[in-house]
Amino acid sequence: MERKTKINAAEGKQELVITREFDLPLELLFQAYTESEIVEQWMGTKVLKLENRKHGSYQFETTDPLGNKHGFHGAIHEFLPNQKITRTFEMENSTFGIQLEFLEFEKLTDETSKLNMHIVFRSIALRDQLLQIPFAQGLNMAHDRLQNIVNKLK
Amino acid sequence: MNLRRDVFQAIADPTRRAILLLVASQSMTAGAIASNFDTARPTVSKHLQILTECKLLEQEQNGREIYYHFNPQKIKEIADFIEPFRKMWDDRFNKLENIMKKYKSRK
Repeated sequence: MERKTKINAAEGKQELVITREFDLPLELLFQAYTESEIVEQWMGTKVLKLENRKHGSYQFETTDPLGNKHGFHGAIHEFLPNQKITRTFEMENSTFGIQLEFLEFEKLTDETSKLNMHIVFRSIALRDQLLQIPFAQGLNMAHDRLQNIVNKLK
Repeated sequence: MNLRRDVFQAIADPTRRAILLLVASQSMTAGAIASNFDTARPTVSKHLQILTECKLLEQEQNGREIYYHFNPQKIKEIADFIEPFRKMWDDRFNKLENIMKKYKSRK
């Protein structure tokens, strides 16, 4: 069975919910969030700091294809192994402000689990702006591809 | 000059979203739509013009009256704009799943 990621971004709300079921036991799903080497692999980012505890914090750094570095960081407010992580998230040097993330991990069967990610933004406009990034990137990529083709024709 | 309208611009306004909700349940004339709002009639007309220009609403002549009805196909374009965001997370989570499956078998 294909396990699809669902996004619920209700109209007029400054929050969004991402849910996904995994063909993984709960413990393995949770581990993917707590071990730096694993986070680095699936998030495609460098983990500078990851303290898995209440009052802890984390710091990630991503390098884009042009070599520019982008920092992300946040503070951990709640950390309950195999249950939940509550943390803030901030994209450095951006206008998105600080987001609050509630990650809930749930056991479905011995071999399957579910993640519920509830993200709260400061405003509806900021949420909508964030949702549009991949859409805008897609448009830019399509534009770049077109530009490359045009350049080759010259 | 009239700027080109797109659906995102059209739904950015709360009154226009309310009009869409209203017309989605049944086709209505401009007068009937306007009677649901405290806003001045010309303002409602302007909103209807914008919604029609970006094809969220369609006009249909019925005798002397013009009825506005809803175009669900166009609304789908808006639903689809979240799709790249969903895809980004889906790709990430697929990666996570694959990595952890290998991780499990290594142990």
